[in-house]
Amino acid sequence: MSWDWQVFFQDTGGGQTYLHWMMSAWGWTLLVSACSLVVALSVGSLMGILRTTPVKAFVWIGNAWTELFRNIPLLVQIFLWYHVIPSIWKPLQGVPDFVAVVIALGFFTSARIAEQVKAGIQALPKGQRYAGLAVGLTLPQTYRYVLLPMAYRIVIPPLTSESMNIIKNSSVAFAVSISELTFFAMQAQEETSRGVEIYLAVTGLYFVSAFAVNRVALFIENRVRVPGMIGGGR
Amino acid sequence: MNLSFAFLDWGIASSFIRKGLIFSVQLTLFAMVGGIALGTAIALMRLSGKKWLVMPAAFYVNTLRSIPLVMVILWFFLLIPLLIGRPLGAELSAIITFTVFEAAYYSEIMRAGIQSVPRDQVSAGYAVGMTYAQCMKLIVLPQAFRNMLPILLTQTIILFQDTSLVYAVGAYDLLKGFEVAGKNFNRPVEMYLLAAATYFVICFSLSMLVRQLQKKIAIIR
Repeated sequence: MSWDWQVFFQDTGGGQTYLHWMMSAWGWTLLVSACSLVVALSVGSLMGILRTTPVKAFVWIGNAWTELFRNIPLLVQIFLWYHVIPSIWKPLQGVPDFVAVVIALGFFTSARIAEQVKAGIQALPKGQRYAGLAVGLTLPQTYRYVLLPMAYRIVIPPLTSESMNIIKNSSVAFAVSISELTFFAMQAQEETSRGVEIYLAVTGLYFVSAFAVNRVALFIENRVRVPGMIGGGR
Repeated sequence: MNLSFAFLDWGIASSFIRKGLIFSVQLTLFAMVGGIALGTAIALMRLSGKKWLVMPAAFYVNTLRSIPLVMVILWFFLLIPLLIGRPLGAELSAIITFTVFEAAYYSEIMRAGIQSVPRDQVSAGYAVGMTYAQCMKLIVLPQAFRNMLPILLTQTIILFQDTSLVYAVGAYDLLKGFEVAGKNFNRPVEMYLLAAATYFVICFSLSMLVRQLQKKIAIIR
């Protein structure tokens, strides 16, 4: 077998080269991942916090949310948001595919983040919560000023690996024809029959993306480390 | 739109779905057994302390863990025919892919499991004249397996969910079964909903079982 890297300079038939297409696909991958991460972090934090409150109903909601979104495969969840929910609930019919994928990937990941946020809050000594309440803070204030600032700093390493997972999982968006990297790989492979070159380039871009996220997260991790804890330093 | 499940001729629909379910379960079991065996071997390589064993094992694990599963599925589907010179069905290709891919994840679990066994026990093994292989087989691995059993099973539940990704190469799995049934009765929405419910029931009950098991093991320890 011989290499043919020229394939990237071929015209796709739409006035652009495969290289252009791949770069824009990379952009879509990063955009889907970034938007989903925002959804996942906000919803996941909320659900994680609910699961640690003393209110039984909140705990139930948080648990139900986590179990529901953790036990259905991501691909099936994407189909749910894409095919099922718009046909049950009319107002969602005009929503672009991109939004459906972001919601699906965001909610799917939120279940994992909820689990980690919960673990982070529970890792704190119980005394901190009682101390907060004892000095007259309300429950939301206790969370805002006492528990969460510590809990988030503890859960950053697992959250890092979730953000790397989100980039990998965004590949499932190919199934609803979002023009991201995996979709590009499948299409371009079919059109050019130079699968190895194209898959190599795409795999390389996934590597680069995951590595970049890893570096950024390491930087954040170092800045917010809690002095005096294991792995803390300074 | 009104959902309606009355359209279903269950006899026909369930035959589509059963065919898919059987493949998904087969794929999961094959990949679990093969993945744990291969993963354990890789974990032992990584912990061997010999550079020529550690390096390839670490490369294997780190590479596979940083590529999306869908891409791995596509890679194998492309490469296997190039290597063996004839096309291999999507199903068989998926079984090989998942075994190789899951081995990377299982090996990380087994590595943690092996490391959780106190070093003194290995020394004790050597002291009574056991070889390295005997120490591993008789002392370390049985404990590592037992300590990690809940996590290995949790990973298997994730594996079962991931089998739906064979969609990328068109293999006939559980999800595909629902899709085919949906197309046949022209009721895709209901079928996707049923698919989600089915996956949920299976995965949720399995994870409940794992949780029970975890409690049991925790008490014994």
